[in-house]
Amino acid sequence: MKTRLLHISFILSLVACKSEPIENYVDAPTESPLQIPTLFSENIIDPVIPINNPQTEEGIALGKKLFFDPILSGNNTQACADCHAPENAFTDINQFSDGINGVLGPRNSMPLFNLAWNYDEKFFWDGRAFSLENQALEPVVHINEMNSTWPEVEAKLQEHSEYPELFQQAFQTLTIDSTLVVKAIAQFERTLISSNSKFDKYLLGETDLTPEELEGFNVFMDEERGDCFHCHGSDKNPLWTDNIFHNNGLDETFTDLGLGAVTGDPADNGKFKSPSLRNLSFTAPYMHDGRFETLDQVINHYSEGLKNSSTIDPLMKKVSQGGVGLTNDDKAALKAFLLTLSDYEFISNPNFTNP
Amino acid sequence: MKNLASILCICFMFFSCHEDKDDNVLNSNVNFNFTHVWDGISVTNSEFNTIQFTNANGEQMSIEKLRYLISNITLTNTDNASFSLDGYYLIDVTNNQGLSFTPTASIPPGVYNLSFTFGFNNDDNYQNYPDLNAASWSVPEMLGGGYHYMQLEGKFIDNASAEVGYAYHAIRAVDNSGDELQFTDTFIEVDLGEITVSNNTAVTVEMNIAEWFKTPNTWDLIELNNMLMPNHDAQVMMYENGQNAFSLKSVE
Ligand code: HEC
Ligand code: HEC
Repeated sequence: MKTRLLHISFILSLVACKSEPIENYVDAPTESPLQIPTLFSENIIDPVIPINNPQTEEGIALGKKLFFDPILSGNNTQACADCHAPENAFTDINQFSDGINGVLGPRNSMPLFNLAWNYDEKFFWDGRAFSLENQALEPVVHINEMNSTWPEVEAKLQEHSEYPELFQQAFQTLTIDSTLVVKAIAQFERTLISSNSKFDKYLLGETDLTPEELEGFNVFMDEERGDCFHCHGSDKNPLWTDNIFHNNGLDETFTDLGLGAVTGDPADNGKFKSPSLRNLSFTAPYMHDGRFETLDQVINHYSEGLKNSSTIDPLMKKVSQGGVGLTNDDKAALKAFLLTLSDYEFISNPNFTNP
Repeated sequence: MKNLASILCICFMFFSCHEDKDDNVLNSNVNFNFTHVWDGISVTNSEFNTIQFTNANGEQMSIEKLRYLISNITLTNTDNASFSLDGYYLIDVTNNQGLSFTPTASIPPGVYNLSFTFGFNNDDNYQNYPDLNAASWSVPEMLGGGYHYMQLEGKFIDNASAEVGYAYHAIRAVDNSGDELQFTDTFIEVDLGEITVSNNTAVTVEMNIAEWFKTPNTWDLIELNNMLMPNHDAQVMMYENGQNAFSLKSVE
C-alpha cells in the first residue's frame, strides 16, 4: 500500500517536472544533501543547513574553486587554503599565519571539518561570527589576512572568464556579489566531514584498538584522571568538542580576552571555543595562540601546568597543584588514544583537494 | 498490575486524542515554568559568576553553570488514572534555555496530583538520545552509561581563602571499585501535590539551589568539590538533599 502510494506520487512528480518550462529545468542546480556518517546520525542531531542556502553540486563545486583561488585576496597571492590546507585538516602548520602583507595575526589558524554540526553556529576561537556564511566575509577584508575589499573581489570575479557562468549554474544569476560568494564557500565547507578515524572504525566494529589506546580512552573518560569528556565529546558525541567556550587554565592574566572581548562580560575573559580533538596528528601547533607544539605539551598542561585565574573552568581540578598529575603511563596512553581520532581518509579525500 | 496501568494509560491517550479532534474546549495544555532561588532570593543566569551565595556549611560560593534533566511529568487524577506528559526536558539555566515549555499532550480539566522525575528512571536512562548526546550530557560507560541528571558548577572560597572550582554533577550512583558495577538509584520522584487544570494552565516549579547543600547532609565543599561522579556515597547524599529542592510555586 505504502509503496503504491509512493509510486503514484513519484509518477505525479514526474508529470509535474514535465510540465515545467524547459529553461528553468536546465538551469536548476542539482541538490546534493550532506552524506551524514552513521555514527553521527545514530548519536547526535542533524547538522545545521540554512534554508536559504541548500547544498547543491554546482554550489559546492563553485565554493571549492573559490576556497582554493587567490583571487579573493588583495594582490591575488593568498587563498583560504593557504591557511586552511587539506593536508593539515584545513589548518596550517604555523603558530600564527601571515596575511598578504606579511603581518602575523594574533591567533592560530583553525582546522575546518564537521562545521555544520556547530549547532550554535558561533565561529572563530571567540565565537564572534554567527554562521559560516558570515564567517567567510571576514578573512577577505581582514588587514592581516587577504586584505581586499568586497567591491574589488566582486569586480574581479565578474570580469573573470569562468566565474559568471559558474555563479549562473549555482545560483541562477550572472550578477556576482559577496552574499553568493560566501554562500558557495559555506556549502563547500559543510561538505568537509571527518568521520573515518581509527576510533570511528573501532566504534563501528571495523577495527580493534591496542590495549594502550583503550586505556587512553579510559583516562579520557575518567573523572579522576583526564576528565576530558565534559568538554571534548566522547563515544556518544563524535564531534569530539562541545563547541562551547571555556578557560582551560592557560594563563593567569590575559593578553587576548577571547569571548570576553566579544560579549563585554569580564566573566568571559580568557574563554575560547573547545577545539575538536579529531585530526590532532595534522593540526599542530595547538591552542588559540598555537603555544604548544606537541601533544605531550598539551597533556602536561592539563596534568600539571594549569594556571589559576578568576574565570578558569570549574572542571579544571587541583589547580593549586597545577592539575591532577597523571602518571607517565596515563599520559602515554592518553596520547595514543588521542591519535586514534585522526582521520587519514579525510586529509587525502580528492573531493577536498585543490581542483 | 503494571500492564493494566499502562493499558489504562494508553486508553486514556487514545481517548484524549479523540477528544482533541472533536472538541478542543474540553482539553487543555499545561505550560511549565522552572524558576530558581537560593533560599528565597531569585537566581537567574545574571546572578552567575559572582561569589554571592553562602551554603549551609558556611562556604561562600558562586554558580557558573546549572543545567538539569527532568522527565515523566505525570498528572494523576482522583480516580488514580494518570496522564504522562511524554518526553524529557533539559533545563539550562546557564543559557536561559528550556526554562519554560508546554508538552503537547492535552489534559481534561480537573484536579490532579503533579509529579515528575528528576533525572531519568532506569528504563529511560539507558536509551540513546541524540539531542542529549549533542549537548555532551552522557555518562561514561565505565560508570554504567546513561545520562547526567544535573550539572551544577562554580567556585567556592576554601580554608585558605582561595577560590576553588566545584562540579556538583548528579548521576545514578555507582560503585565501580569492584569487578562489577554496583548501582543505587538516585533519580528523584518529585511529588508537587495537587493542581487544578483548567484552560491554559501555567504551573511554576521552583528549585531552591541551596537545598542541594543543606538537608539532611550539610555539604562540605572542601571535602566534596570535584570528581563526584564516581563517588557513590556523594551521589546518594545528593539524592537525599535533592528531595526537598523542588516545590510548586504557583498554578495560574
Ligand atoms: C592568513 C590566514 C588565513 C586566511 C587567508 C583565511 N583564514 Fe580562516 N582562519 C584563520 C585564523 C587565524 C582563524 C582563527 C581566527 C580567530 O579566531 O580570530 C581562522 C578561522 C576560520 C574559521 C572558523 C572555524 C571555526 O571552527 O570557528 C573558518 C570557517 C575559516 N577560518 C574559513 C576561512 C575561509 C572561508 C577563508 C577564505 C575566504 C579563510 N578562512 C581565510 C586564518 C586564515
Ligand atoms: C573545561 C573544558 C575542557 C576540558 C575538561 C578539557 N579541555 Fe581541552 N580544550 C578546552 C579549550 C577551551 C581549549 C582551547 C583553549 C585555548 O586555545 O585557549 C582546549 C584545547 C585542547 C587541545 C588543543 C587542540 C587544538 O586544536 O588546538 C587539546 C589537544 C586538548 N584540549 C585536549 C584535552 C585533553 C586531553 C583533556 C583532558 C585531559 C582536555 N582537553 C580537557 C577545553 C577543555
